[in-house]
Amino acid sequence: MPQALPYLKETASQTAGPYVHIGLAPGDAGFDIYDQELGRDITGPNAKGDAITITGQVFDGTGATVKDILIEIWQANADGIYPGEGPVEEGFRGWGRVIPDFDSGTFSFRTVKPGQSAPDSAPHLNVWLVARGINIGLSTRLYFSDEPGANAQDPVLAMIEQTQRRDTLVATLTGDGHYRFDIRLQGDNETVFFDI
Amino acid sequence: MTHSPLFQRDREWHPPAYSHDYKTSVARAPRYALLSLENTISDLSGPRFGQTDIGALDNDLLRNYAKDGDPIGERILLHGRVLDENQRPVPNTLVEIWQANAGGRYRHKKDTYLAPVDPNFGGCGRTLTDDQGHYVFRTVKPGAYPWRNWVNNWRPAHIHVSVFGPSFAQRLITQLYFEGDPLIDKCPIVKTIPDPRARDQLIAALDLNATVPLDAIAYRFDIVLRGRRSTFFENRPEGN
Repeated sequence: MPQALPYLKETASQTAGPYVHIGLAPGDAGFDIYDQELGRDITGPNAKGDAITITGQVFDGTGATVKDILIEIWQANADGIYPGEGPVEEGFRGWGRVIPDFDSGTFSFRTVKPGQSAPDSAPHLNVWLVARGINIGLSTRLYFSDEPGANAQDPVLAMIEQTQRRDTLVATLTGDGHYRFDIRLQGDNETVFFDI
Repeated sequence: MTHSPLFQRDREWHPPAYSHDYKTSVARAPRYALLSLENTISDLSGPRFGQTDIGALDNDLLRNYAKDGDPIGERILLHGRVLDENQRPVPNTLVEIWQANAGGRYRHKKDTYLAPVDPNFGGCGRTLTDDQGHYVFRTVKPGAYPWRNWVNNWRPAHIHVSVFGPSFAQRLITQLYFEGDPLIDKCPIVKTIPDPRARDQLIAALDLNATVPLDAIAYRFDIVLRGRRSTFFENRPEGN
């Protein structure tokens, strides 16, 4: 027998379940417990750059809306700097939690458009999804339809072999500062998810 | 800040997206293969939290929603460490938990189980690990409860746990179970995890040494996040 390697194994994931809001967004579960809920404000009050609103829905393989999804966003500021990696505006956390309306399943959140966080990397939000029925959190990215030049250079989009699937990661500009971004967990036009 | 890349996530250790006996996963599991990516700054960076983000009672579920007394149930201390796969402690990281009350009922507008809501129990808590990765919560042991998967499915007593780590790609949500619970081996959600060793790692151990005598019984639950590669002899391209 060779020597044993000194590594631990990562704790296995389990679904966040239907009541994820109790832990991570108790206001949405219907009660008030914390002085401040985390993740309600991605940018803080001092963020530079273009204010944007992103609206969308998450669909399952039958086409039904996933109303109990919880989405986390992680992004750079307008200069392309992630908090912790360089100077950002006071109060800019770059992270937030998005919960859709329980009746319609539509989510909407406000933030600023990020800059390029690496020379070839097109502006994007990192998106992480958990819910009942999702055994391990799903990672994807949100790019912007009004950045065709940067998107064409982006190494992650370029990795997607079936070029038509790249569009699943691109939010569509629908009006001044407003984008539409739908996520399909399964089925036609299934969103590209990553193993990072 | 520069970060070393993370160890490859062992997808055979984690549950697959699709588990036919956990019915809700069937329509929510991606069918195409995940696209494997090398870590970039987007994945190796991550949100930071500090003491100003949380309140003094946030890790004490016996008190953080108490209105006119303590919650009903078996008083427990839940403690442990957050480590990475290199066995290094993960300090100052946010740990959030949520759970049912002692009767197996969640304080959630979507939970309609007939067991009563406890007026003194909210069911969530959060804390930051200390500089050695330790965390502690005080709460009540949650009850088992029925759920509609098959008609007669019961969840073992469990607490949901959410952890960050320094890199967003270390983000993890899991559930902890309690030593000795006969429902663990019958649960389709537990059994989404194929490897019995990975399931065992989700079972908190009774820790009599950490109990508060005549007050609260203790369980220990260590959490392991992805480790980091050493980068000896590697030239890392700019912008990675």
